Amino acid sequence: MNFVTPEIAWAPLAPIIIVLGAAAIGVLIEAFVRRPATRRTIQLGFGLVVLIAALGTTIAQWAALEGGGTTVMQFMLTVDRQALAWQTVILVFGILGIILFAARTRAGEPAFTALGSASPGSLEETLARRRGLEVTEVFPLLLFAVGGMMLFTCVTDFVFLFVALEVFSLALYILVALARRRRLMSHEAALKYFLLGAFSSAIYIFGVALIYGATTQTSFAPVGRAIDVISDRDPLLLTGVVLVLVGLLFKLGAVPFHSWTPDAYQGAPTPVTAFMGAATKAAATAALVRILYTSLYPLEWEISWMIWAVACLSMVLGTVLALVQTNVKRMLAYSSVAHAGFILVAFAGLTNEAVAALPFYLLAYGLATIGAFAVVSQVRERTEDGSVGAEAVRLGQWAGLGKRSPLLAGAMALFLLSFAGIPLTAGFIGKFEVFSAAIAGGGWPLVLVAVIASAVAAFFYVRLVVLMFLTDVPEGIEDAVEVEDSPLATLVVVVTAAGVIVLGVLPAGVLSVFESAAQFLVLSNG
Amino acid sequence: MLTLTWLLIAVPLASAAVLLLAGRRADAWGHWLGVAASGTAFVVGFVAFLQMLGLESEERATSVHLFSWIPGGELNLDAGLLVDPLSMTFVLLITFVGTLIHVYSVAYMEHDADRRRFFAYLNLFVAAMLLLVLADSYLLLFVGWEGVGLASYLLIGFWNFKREYATAANKAFFVNRIGDLGLIFAMGLMFSYFGALDFDSVLSQAPEATTAQLTAIGLMLLLAACGKSAQFPLQSWLGDAMAGPTPVSALIHAATMVTAGVYLIVRSAPIFNGAPNAQVVVAAVGAFTLILGALIGMAKDDIKKALAASTMSQIGYMMLAAGLGPIGYAFAIFHLVTHGFFKAGMFLGAGSVMHAMNDQVDMRRFGALKGAMVVTWVTFGLGWLAILGVPPFSGFFSKDKIIEAAFVGEGWQPWVFGGAALIGAGLTAFYMSRLFFMTFHGKARWTDEVHPHESPALMTVPMMILAVGSAFLGLFLAMGDRFTHWLEPVTGHAEHHEPVLPVPVLIALTLILVAAGGLLAWLRYGRAEVPETAPSASLATLAARNDFFQDSVNRAVVQRPGQHLTRTLVYVDATVVDGAVNKQARGWAGLGEASRRLQNGQVRSYAATMLVGLVIVVAVIVVGGL
Repeated sequence: MNFVTPEIAWAPLAPIIIVLGAAAIGVLIEAFVRRPATRRTIQLGFGLVVLIAALGTTIAQWAALEGGGTTVMQFMLTVDRQALAWQTVILVFGILGIILFAARTRAGEPAFTALGSASPGSLEETLARRRGLEVTEVFPLLLFAVGGMMLFTCVTDFVFLFVALEVFSLALYILVALARRRRLMSHEAALKYFLLGAFSSAIYIFGVALIYGATTQTSFAPVGRAIDVISDRDPLLLTGVVLVLVGLLFKLGAVPFHSWTPDAYQGAPTPVTAFMGAATKAAATAALVRILYTSLYPLEWEISWMIWAVACLSMVLGTVLALVQTNVKRMLAYSSVAHAGFILVAFAGLTNEAVAALPFYLLAYGLATIGAFAVVSQVRERTEDGSVGAEAVRLGQWAGLGKRSPLLAGAMALFLLSFAGIPLTAGFIGKFEVFSAAIAGGGWPLVLVAVIASAVAAFFYVRLVVLMFLTDVPEGIEDAVEVEDSPLATLVVVVTAAGVIVLGVLPAGVLSVFESAAQFLVLSNG
Repeated sequence: MLTLTWLLIAVPLASAAVLLLAGRRADAWGHWLGVAASGTAFVVGFVAFLQMLGLESEERATSVHLFSWIPGGELNLDAGLLVDPLSMTFVLLITFVGTLIHVYSVAYMEHDADRRRFFAYLNLFVAAMLLLVLADSYLLLFVGWEGVGLASYLLIGFWNFKREYATAANKAFFVNRIGDLGLIFAMGLMFSYFGALDFDSVLSQAPEATTAQLTAIGLMLLLAACGKSAQFPLQSWLGDAMAGPTPVSALIHAATMVTAGVYLIVRSAPIFNGAPNAQVVVAAVGAFTLILGALIGMAKDDIKKALAASTMSQIGYMMLAAGLGPIGYAFAIFHLVTHGFFKAGMFLGAGSVMHAMNDQVDMRRFGALKGAMVVTWVTFGLGWLAILGVPPFSGFFSKDKIIEAAFVGEGWQPWVFGGAALIGAGLTAFYMSRLFFMTFHGKARWTDEVHPHESPALMTVPMMILAVGSAFLGLFLAMGDRFTHWLEPVTGHAEHHEPVLPVPVLIALTLILVAAGGLLAWLRYGRAEVPETAPSASLATLAARNDFFQDSVNRAVVQRPGQHLTRTLVYVDATVVDGAVNKQARGWAGLGEASRRLQNGQVRSYAATMLVGLVIVVAVIVVGGL
């Protein structure tokens, strides 16, 4: 057997190389810089510079891109406009995420634990806290996650996709476990997320094996061609395809593969929830788009009903369960499940419009998600001794917030309205684009369900708005709940709020960019 | 100037933004900025109107391109404005009445600590309402549609320190969402049939579509219109919306926003013209609501709620006219304009009365106010004569035309619709006269602490101007069919048809019924003693007092099943899927419990859920497909 060294065009991978290389350097910084405070400053500055540099490189590549794009590694990696568009979206989320990671309260308390290895409530933990230790590994971990997700958007091989999936998933599992407050819940969430993630990874890779068994191929385009040739009723192939899709739907958080979302969203440190909620969904959607459009499209008929069923279930269950939540983070988690359903609506008919609509939808959704969790991270309980405690996540604790800090509550209201798809917010344009793509693909029954679900969903979003603005400030809430205005979190809120409005009022520019990104480079034969 | 119509929206919007962002600093002058913004909008609108008058009637429609909104793909949509006689009519009505109500509010809200915020919301409303009527596509109209809903919601709940007021705001929001769904569905249908959402493409392609398609779109538009215009079966929110400050009731819940549904239907005329069945449903909804509103109005003792019922009933007239097709469109808008004047005037009058009576609204504790408040009495009286349809006041010209048009046609329709319109006129005369006599005539039944006095000039002057409109606007616009000709480029030319009864007979019948209604009201509420508490009444009156149990019906039909569905799903999720997770949300007690939770197999149940889902999918795709 002859092994041929693959030819790799390294240049188009520059953004990913920058991010992953910097993540490795970040680990070294952990080892060599000794004072926690200095380490944090260096890590934040370094991470920001790296992410912005990567964003710049991505945009430069977009500008310099000739034709459809570049095949980086035969059948394995392709950098085309579609990939660059998703990478840009993920980098934007990464930049906002890293700023949020660094936010701390006025008392200087970060969102992350002092010592990740200490068991909750133990002596080591107390000592570490007293010494002012801080887990600053979160910054390189975020870079690993961003790098893995970027890779996820341009991989064109099922096995390679698995590698990228694990690169960002492992980083996220660790990040979820590092909350400073409510550590047990955080640990539990991480463990659940990890176990279920491992389970779904196993399902995915088993699916890849079955696809290989049916087609003797593992790359997207060759698998697509092989499906054309062999009978599309081959049970081996169909089972493999379903397993692969389930692996991705798990990352997307669609019903019935959603069970991890509420727990992970609730237990994770809020900055992690913000980043994870926005970026993981974007990465999963990007991969789903590429797989469905460049590989599995001959099976459209067979898998369409699965997409339809999962979309309906996600929208209905996500909405209904969000209605009854009394915890803000869980409510947003179930809302994210409903949004997974809305995202899947776009796949009805596999139209070209959907390819342009989805990055916009995810950008709009991600900005609002990061913004909303940035607000959540600033509403705090006050402990008995008067210091700032954990986040106030019970809905009742948000009553009258609009009267106490109108701007923060106003921003939250804006994000919620964007989730609900009220006009002049980014969410409205996103929903509109996705729904019209689905109608163009003949998916009007799905759109019907989606419209009703989003109308019902408006109730629980608006319920929180009502609670913030139209409810009296309860007795004594001033002593129990405090609004912490950390400058970095406020920066994130302002930027995302501006983004939501701009994308809602003047979406034309961004839409046309994504429009021109609606094409894939598919290697016809090799 | 026509190309500068975007200023109409931009100026009030900018003012609202300034008022909201400036905070307490703007408390001293904020209300005058609000008045100025609304006034500027009126001036811009009026200049544009004069310019439009100078054009030939075919050239009066101008498109104003704003910016490319949603480009690319199947649908290329620009944000633009459509300035034509129909939208211009609304612009003038909204900005003129709106400005007067702004001025009135300066005095009415004087003692409210949040007056600045109130004006910000009013400006926001004006901007959104103008966007609604000026939009050149259904999608942009939807933006305005949601915008007025939001402003209305904020203003109903403005005094949210009272719990029931916040509840009223929520109710308005929820009922309106149902209507909004109709508009969204209608847009979905248009997009799939015509591939476009702008008025120009949709309405020009409408004649080529099948009747079934047009009927579907038409019924969805009607659902939207019912939500916004408080028509049966979505009328329940309007009475509760009276919780808002009275100027809001005058502007939003009488003169402008609630008529948006009529605008939507008249604007979509080519769709309804091709769908006769949808038209009949529109007319039937209108006829039913006009009787229903009148019956509710007869039983209410709360002056604002009685006026709200009357608004519902009068919009029923407009809906009925809009459902009659080309012969009715112009009259629907005509009545909408005159109604905007006389009903706004009466609401302001009611506000003036409340101002004098320590914010009481129970008419059984009014009476004999004509001596204490002469200006209010006279201006309210003119509005009263106008809504009764007494010649030569405004309402006579507009309402009588609708009654005549309703009697045109073949078969059962003219008799049913015309009959409803005719009976409605009699009922209107009764309940409006009841309201008028109970408030201004008879014996004083005041509570001890009130000392009625006339309102300040800032309040009475707008009332006087509106009263002049209530008195003469109808005559002015009806002379030489001026208004009908003005709207002809939009609504199309209507052939003249003879009603099934001769016109003089109809006029005579109407006037007899009106006189009878007025007289009966005088005998029972003007001359006779009015008890200070509502007497026990027949079942029918009780039903009307309770809005014909609309709330109970809503609860039974919508709310309960919804709750049960939710509870069932939640139960399933909680027991089967979620296990102990909900417990965790409830009690987050000690470490021991937490560590126990970790081992109780939830993750297993999560994984099991995934596996079951996976197995089902594989089974259906693979086994089912084989």
